[in-house]
Amino acid sequence: MDRLLPLIVVVPLLGAAVLVAAGRHVPRPVAEAVAGLAAAASAALAAAALAGPPEVSWVGAWRPQDGHSVGIVLVGDRIGLGLAALTSLLVVAVLAYSWRYFDEPPHGHGGAFPALVLLFQGGMCGFALTGDLFDAFVFFELMGVVGYALTGYRVEEARPVQGALVFGFVNSLGGYATLLGIGLLYARTGELGMAQVGRELDQAADAAGHGADALVVAAFVLVLTGLLVKAAAVPFHFWLPDAHAVAPTPVCMLLSGVMVEMGGYGAARVWTTVFGGPGGVPAAGARRTLLVLGVGSALVGALMCWQQRHVKRLLAFSTVAHTGLFLTGIALLTPHGVAGTALYVLGHAGAKAALFACTGILLDRHGSVDECELHGKGRGIPFTGLLFAAGGLALAGLPPFGTSLGKALVEERSPWLPALFVLVSAVTGGAVLRVAARVFLGAGQAGREDDEGPETTGGEEEPETGRRVRRPPVPMVTVAALLLAGALAVGTVPALTGAVSAAAEAFTDHAGYAAAVLDGRPAGRPEGPYDWWTWTGAGLGLLSAALAVALAARSVGLESRAVPWSAPLRRLHSGHVGDYVAWTVAGIGLVSLLALW
Amino acid sequence: MTRRLRLWVLTAGLLATAALYVAACTDLPAFGGSWHPYGDRAVRAALQQHTANAVSSVNFDQRAFDTLGEETVLFSSVLGTVVLLRRTRGEKRVAPGPAEVPAALRRYGLLVLPVTLLIGLYVIAHGQLSPGGGFQGGVVVATSLHLLYIAVDYKALERIRPLGLFELADGTGEAAYILLGAAGLIAGSAYLANTLPLGTFNTLSSGGTVPLLNAAVGVEVTSAVVVLLAHFLGQALEIESEDGAKDGGREA
Amino acid sequence: MSLLPYLIAGWVFLVGVHGIATSRNLIHAVGCLAVTQSSTYVLLLAVGYRKGATAPVFSDLPVDAPVVDPVVQALALTDVVVGATVTALLLALVVQTAKRHGTVDPDELSELKG
Repeated sequence: MDRLLPLIVVVPLLGAAVLVAAGRHVPRPVAEAVAGLAAAASAALAAAALAGPPEVSWVGAWRPQDGHSVGIVLVGDRIGLGLAALTSLLVVAVLAYSWRYFDEPPHGHGGAFPALVLLFQGGMCGFALTGDLFDAFVFFELMGVVGYALTGYRVEEARPVQGALVFGFVNSLGGYATLLGIGLLYARTGELGMAQVGRELDQAADAAGHGADALVVAAFVLVLTGLLVKAAAVPFHFWLPDAHAVAPTPVCMLLSGVMVEMGGYGAARVWTTVFGGPGGVPAAGARRTLLVLGVGSALVGALMCWQQRHVKRLLAFSTVAHTGLFLTGIALLTPHGVAGTALYVLGHAGAKAALFACTGILLDRHGSVDECELHGKGRGIPFTGLLFAAGGLALAGLPPFGTSLGKALVEERSPWLPALFVLVSAVTGGAVLRVAARVFLGAGQAGREDDEGPETTGGEEEPETGRRVRRPPVPMVTVAALLLAGALAVGTVPALTGAVSAAAEAFTDHAGYAAAVLDGRPAGRPEGPYDWWTWTGAGLGLLSAALAVALAARSVGLESRAVPWSAPLRRLHSGHVGDYVAWTVAGIGLVSLLALW
Repeated sequence: MTRRLRLWVLTAGLLATAALYVAACTDLPAFGGSWHPYGDRAVRAALQQHTANAVSSVNFDQRAFDTLGEETVLFSSVLGTVVLLRRTRGEKRVAPGPAEVPAALRRYGLLVLPVTLLIGLYVIAHGQLSPGGGFQGGVVVATSLHLLYIAVDYKALERIRPLGLFELADGTGEAAYILLGAAGLIAGSAYLANTLPLGTFNTLSSGGTVPLLNAAVGVEVTSAVVVLLAHFLGQALEIESEDGAKDGGREA
Repeated sequence: MSLLPYLIAGWVFLVGVHGIATSRNLIHAVGCLAVTQSSTYVLLLAVGYRKGATAPVFSDLPVDAPVVDPVVQALALTDVVVGATVTALLLALVVQTAKRHGTVDPDELSELKG
């Protein structure tokens, strides 16, 4: 099986190549079937690899001799493979959702959209599986390039091109910072593989008799910059709401569901494999960095999420908030933190993608994603409304959704974490429930123009199906329902939590990773005892869900969503490339201070 | 955010980044040192694989998976550009007129075109022996075709540039690289393993799969650059808004 | 000055960032992003340099000749391709921005805020 790991990455790429080569002559249903097949094949390969023992695959058969290799390794560890599997499944869902989507594909390029989605899948799977820093950069850029094109897909409108441009600038800049960091690490260690670089750093520190010097810290900060941009951590997050608000809905499902999480995964992976040993950066510095940025993102994301009327932008800010919670979980730098975060990510991917799917139905039915304009318009589609509300409750952390289990496993680790997690879950879930009540029940006031600060409305958007649909298309609703069922399954299947807990143990083992990759000793860990629902965890989940309902109920009657004192914060979200780039370098400064302090 | 505030944030960030980077540089090994462990191993591996150009050996053999990613980045961005620069509703395609070209430019262009084309093909074919390869040669080949646009006019370029064929080649080049990698699996080794006979050092057929992968990349890059430029040229010369303005302006 | 080549890479990076942040023209900003990226070429090639060594191409060299690090050159090639493609894609977006917004001045793009 180990030899087949690269196929998880290349099968979607091959599918895309075939679609482009034959694009002119292939009718659209065939193109979509080919894309679905390639995506599903990759998902099946990832699932098969997950079922077997953990393995590593040296591409080109350049296996290491005495711990050194000239080749690139793909690492089939459970967490990375799990993320690749999640990506592939979500891509299958997205392709099903966008069946008959986009009335007018580009002339002569009927397969362009599914081909781009497949390339996106290949990029994300490659990033999740690679055990080589430079290779990770290449796949990071692949994700980026496809992401910009997909975000700007609807070029007929003004907003998508602006959102895609901002996305492109900030992400590319982050990627180049990462590459500078990789260059510094190469100069110090003469290696590019994560395991090799980690081992060399440890040996150098051993020989020198002290830990990290300025070079290692700088490399840590620079490598982390690109990953934190991808993860949309404050103050690197500005691009995300702009891009997610304007991208086609199926693309939003992928961006929010897995791409942003790839940034958090990359940060955790780089920390554990490269910088987590005695030669890396002190754990206190790394923890402080991730914690401050995580908490900051969670609070800023929640505050901004609450005040949006553009529903996709609202969901985008809730992604910022939840990624902040993920980073907080990762910041614990313990197996428990990683296991909880992994379950949280799985549950969140299902819930958030389902929410975007429902929003897409509103867009295609009414040509608007504006909370005020849509008031009461969703009364004719109660099932979609039900799914939307269920998604909101999942975000709010209602047991037994996977989000709730992940949240419970992370927040029990520290006395002050429950307050943060409950607050952020309640506010983001509450914002979604407020929209649900207004749009699908016609409850309370329609809401009005906001005088407190600048805002993006969601009116006058083009439906993505070419013309407006009367009733929600069956594939769209089915996909949303299945995604929510998935989020529910994450919280209710004990075997999954057991597997994730064992995977998290292996994931956080710095020396074990190097041994598995370089010495051919894959750490096959028996599944030990693991944490599962507790009364406290379920209680806190119920509490945050109840708070979310209360917040929504209280606010539907109010005209304004604005929180007056946050107007300066809202003005910072200006949609200006220069502003965002300035914040990105300021972020590099902030991360250096936090890591060094 | 005001310009003033942006400048403050920017300055603070730049100063902090500069301090961090300069501190890191003082810990770097001295410039031009002789300690390059990965480089030394890569050179040994290149010679063992009968690939005279060690850079090509790294690109197409030792780290061939990187190059697959790199080729795919190019492939994706071309597809992305095709999508982004498509003719949209409210735009029409017009035929650009013939252009007046000075006779000297025309003679010179037509003279260097075949030479450039030949150089490009040479650079692709000798990627395993001398500096160059599919990426560099592909760009040269694609450029050579565009000399026709400079020396004659856009119509002449369009005649030798059937876009459908180049898009087919673009996808085929990408697929060929992926399938050549799978050949390693079928031969019982790993993905992208160099399982072909390595040939005699310093000859055209040396390096095993390196020349084949190079050729696949050459085909892909040539057609990718042609398609890419075609869409930018199309925006500049062919696509107009319905009301006839070259630059559609803000859509009503 | 054995540090100078490394410092130049940092300088190029910072100059590029300053250019993007203060740019009044998106085409110029895309150019500045390309400048920022060139810093990575400079750093990679500087790291791989070996005094008195030549290019790692053995078609007309003895096999034991001292050569510079071929790995960073391969990385730089990959990096160049990535940079060119990102530039192409961003320029395509700028073309559409000019059409939809009627301007390429980032100060005048006001569709997304709050």
